[in-house]
Amino acid sequence: MRYAMAMDTAKCVGCSDCVVACQTENNVPIGFCRDWIVENVEGTYPQLEMEIRSERCNHCENTPCVRTCPTGASHVIEGGIVKVTHDECIGCGACIQACPYDARYFHPDGYVDKCTFCDHRVAEGLDTACVSVCPTHSLTFGDLDDPQSPISVLLRERKWKTLVPEAGTQPQVYFLI
Amino acid sequence: MVKSRRDFIKISALGATGVAVGSKYLFADNSMLKKNESKGPFRLPSDFKRTPTYCEVCFWKCAGWVYKDEKGDVQKIIGNSDDPNSNGRFCPRGTGGVGMYHDEDRLKTPLIRVTDDYGNQTYREASWDEALDVVARGLQKVIDEHGAECIALFTHGSGGKYFGNLIKALGSHNIAAPSYAQCRGPREVGFIATFGEGLSSPEPTDIKNTDCLVLIGSHIGENMHNGQVQEMSQAIDRGATIITVDPRYSTAASKSKYWLPIKPATDLALLLAWMNVIIEEELYDKEYVKKYTYGFDQLKEHVKGKTPEWAYGITTIPPNVIRETAREMGKASPAVIIHPGRHVTWYGDDTQRLRAVAILNALLGSWGRKGGFYKPDKAKLPSYPHPPYPEVERSWKDAMGGKYDLADLALANGVCDATIPSVTRDCSIKAWIVNGTNLIETLPDSRKTLEAIKNLEFIVVVDTMPMEITGYADVVLPECTYLERYDTIRASQHREPTIALRMPAVEPKYNTKSAWWIAKHLADKMGKSEYFPFDSLEEELDWQLKKIGSSLEEMQRIGVKKLKRPYNDLYFADGEDIEFFTNTGKIELYSTTLESYGFDPMPKYTAHPEPPEGFYRLIYGRAPMHTFTRTINNPNLSDLMDTNVVWINPKVAKTWGLDNGQEIYLKNQDGVISEFPIKVRVTERIRWDSVYMVHGFGHYKKGLSRAYGKGASDSRLITNVMMDPIMGGTGMRGNFVTFLTSKPEIKEVKS
Repeated sequence: MRYAMAMDTAKCVGCSDCVVACQTENNVPIGFCRDWIVENVEGTYPQLEMEIRSERCNHCENTPCVRTCPTGASHVIEGGIVKVTHDECIGCGACIQACPYDARYFHPDGYVDKCTFCDHRVAEGLDTACVSVCPTHSLTFGDLDDPQSPISVLLRERKWKTLVPEAGTQPQVYFLI
Repeated sequence: MVKSRRDFIKISALGATGVAVGSKYLFADNSMLKKNESKGPFRLPSDFKRTPTYCEVCFWKCAGWVYKDEKGDVQKIIGNSDDPNSNGRFCPRGTGGVGMYHDEDRLKTPLIRVTDDYGNQTYREASWDEALDVVARGLQKVIDEHGAECIALFTHGSGGKYFGNLIKALGSHNIAAPSYAQCRGPREVGFIATFGEGLSSPEPTDIKNTDCLVLIGSHIGENMHNGQVQEMSQAIDRGATIITVDPRYSTAASKSKYWLPIKPATDLALLLAWMNVIIEEELYDKEYVKKYTYGFDQLKEHVKGKTPEWAYGITTIPPNVIRETAREMGKASPAVIIHPGRHVTWYGDDTQRLRAVAILNALLGSWGRKGGFYKPDKAKLPSYPHPPYPEVERSWKDAMGGKYDLADLALANGVCDATIPSVTRDCSIKAWIVNGTNLIETLPDSRKTLEAIKNLEFIVVVDTMPMEITGYADVVLPECTYLERYDTIRASQHREPTIALRMPAVEPKYNTKSAWWIAKHLADKMGKSEYFPFDSLEEELDWQLKKIGSSLEEMQRIGVKKLKRPYNDLYFADGEDIEFFTNTGKIELYSTTLESYGFDPMPKYTAHPEPPEGFYRLIYGRAPMHTFTRTINNPNLSDLMDTNVVWINPKVAKTWGLDNGQEIYLKNQDGVISEFPIKVRVTERIRWDSVYMVHGFGHYKKGLSRAYGKGASDSRLITNVMMDPIMGGTGMRGNFVTFLTSKPEIKEVKS
C-alpha cells in the first residue's frame, strides 16, 4: 500500500473548494489551512502562462519532518501517510523548519498540524475530503502499489512533476502538467 | 419630507444585538475540537444526521445534504449525487455555506426605526408581532393614500416567490430582481429576438460535449457556475479548443488555446469580423442555415466589409488570429459554443452584442445540437389555487415613457427611477419591500438609489445579514438562512428534469423567521389570508408534490428526484422541421421584431467613449469563493479571500510609481472616490488601458465585522450608466478611474 495524490494543473481553476472542504472536515480553525492554492504566472503581457496548483503535505517517502521530531509525535502510518500525534507534540517547530513545502502550521491549541490525507475517511473507503468535493475532478487519490488504480493509470499516461525534487524527499503528491 | 428622516443607522451600534466574537479563534463549526485525531476516525459523514437542501449562496441552486452532529449543529454541506446542477460536488461557496448559518453578525431580531428626544434615529428591538404591525400599517397607508401600485418589491433568491405573492395580492406588479437589468437581461432579449426563446438558468450549454468553447468576457472558473465549471473541465479532458476573449488573462484564458486580449468595448467588431470570415470562407453550416434561418443574404451583405483587417484597428486583435479562431469554430461546427455569458450589461448596446453572439451560433448550427446548445426540460409543478389577483392599472413601466417594451422582466433600475418623483408622472412608487438584495451595491450609481430611498414613505428590508440596505429601512426583518427553513420546490431546467427539496436542517437561530412565514403573517394582518391558504409550508409542499406523484416524505428522504423526459428531444433530429417562436417561424439572423420597434435588425459596431488621459477603464468580475456582496462576511469564505485588490499592468504601475501591495484610492470620471483604500496588484494579466477588481467588497456597514472597510466597491465607482435602449439594461463598463496615493478628504457617503 502506497497512498499518493495526483493534482491536475490543466483542469484546476483554483476555486479553493478543497481548502474549505478540508477546514469543515477536519475542524481546521479559521485563519489556518492544511491545503492551499498557488497561482504561478510566467511571461509578460500578452505572452503568458499560468499554472494553478492545490498544494498540501507531500507525504514524502523520505521524511525530514519525522527525522527532526524530538518526541516521535511526527510519524508515518500504513500507506506512507505522515501524521502528527497532537498529544505528543511539544510545539517546538523543528518539523516546520524541516519541511521544504511549508505544509505544517502551529495550531492555536499548541501543537503542529497538517494534512492527514484524511486517513479517517480513507480507512472507511472514502476519498479524502478535498478529492471528494473538487468540482473539476482535478484531484485523484489512491494506491500506487495497485497498477490498476486511477492514480497509477494517470501517472503512466500523463506527464507529471513533483515539487522541490532537489530536496530529496521523494514527495508523493504528483502534479499533472 | 425632511432630508434627514431616514439617516443611515449602524446596526452594530445596538447594545444588545451587536455581540462581538468572544474567543480569539472562530472555528469552522461549534463542535469541540478533538485533539487526538490520530487515535481514530472522526467526523465521518456517516456519523451525522443528514437533511436535504438546495444551496442559496448563489443562483445556481445546487442540491445537497446538510450534515449535523449529535448536538444538532450544522457541520458540513455536501452535494447530492443525483443533482444535475452539482453532480454531487458543491463549489467553495456551497461547501462554505455553513458559515452563513454560524455568522455571529447575522440579524437577530426585528428592528424598528425610532427617533429619540434629541432627534437621533436609532433602531429598537421589537417582537415579530409588533414589527409586522408596523409594516402592515406602513404598506396600508401607502395603499390608502396612493394606491397599491405604489408598492414595489426588490428581490433576489427564494423569498421572492412569497413576497411576490403578497404584493400581487395587495394589487401591485412592481416586482424586480437586479439579476435581470443589471445582469443577464440583454442576453435573454438578444436570444429571444434570434431563436424565439431565451436561455434562462442553468444555461443549456452542452459544454461537456463541445469541441470548441468560445468565452467572451465570461470567466468560467472565477464565476463558479458549478455545472459549467465541471463541464469545462470535461471539455479540457476531451481536448476541446477553448478561445477566450478578455482584456484580462482570466483563469479560463490560462486554460485556452487562444487568448484574445481585446481592447475593451470593441467585442461587437470582433463578432462581426468572425461572421465575415465564417461567411466568406463558407465555414457555416449551410444546410442548417438554409433550413432554419431567416435573413442570411441580408447578413452576408451586412458583414461584407467587416473584415479581420477592419476589426484589427478597432479590437487590436491581429487579422490572422481572427481568421484562425473563426476556422477553429468552423471546424468544430456544430459542436461549438459561442458562450452567451451571464453578466452582460456592459456598454449599453448589449442586446445587440448578444444578438451577434446568437447569430454566430446560428451560422455555426450549434443551437439545438450536440456540443452546442441542448433543449432543456423542467418539471412542471402545479400552483395551489387562490383567488385571482386584483387588476393593476399602473406599474413602474408608466415611468419609462413607452421605452424598453422588449424587456421580458421588470427593471430594478426602472423601479428605482419610478420612485423618484417627476413632474411628468402622476404616480411614483412610495413603498419598497427589499428581500435578499443589497440594492446599495447591486444597482449602479448608489447616489440615485439613495435619492429614491429618501423619497419613500416606507421601506422594509428582509435579510439574513445587516447589509448596507438594512441601514435605510424603517423596519428590518431578520430572515433565517436557507439551512433553517423550507422553501419552494426547485424545478430548474436541465438535460433531464428534476425536483429538489430544501428543508430545515436546524431550527432557526436567534429570533429569525423564513420568508414564507413573514409573507404569510403580513398577508394575514392585511386581510389577504386567502392568498396563503396553508397553515404551514410543509402542507403546501406536500400538496404540490403529491400532485406530481411524489410526497414530502419521499423528498425528505431522497432530496432530489429525477423525472423522465417525456420526449427524446435533447437535440434537433436530423432534418427535423422546427417552428421557432419568432415572427417568421425561423431563426432570425435579421430580426423583424427589432426592426418593428425601430432598432437595427442586425447588430452594428459603435465606438464607445475611451478613458481620458490618466484614467483606466474599470472592469470588475467574480472570485470563485464569493457571490456578490452576500458572502463577504461569511467566516469560512472571508477566510479564503477577505478583500479585493486592484489589478494594474506593470507598465502603468511604473508610470505611477505604484508598488505591489501599496494601498491607494480610486477616483472615477465623476470625482467619486472609493471610501476605503485598496491594495495594488501589479500583474501582467491585464491590459494597460484597464484595471480590474472583484465585485462585492468595500462595505461601509460596521455590523459586517469581517467585511467592513475591506477593499473598494466597484458599484459605487460606477456612476456612468449606459442604458440599453432595447431593454433598459444598465451598461456599467463605461467608467474610468485614476489613482490617488494619499488619503483624500473624508467624503460623506451616507444619506
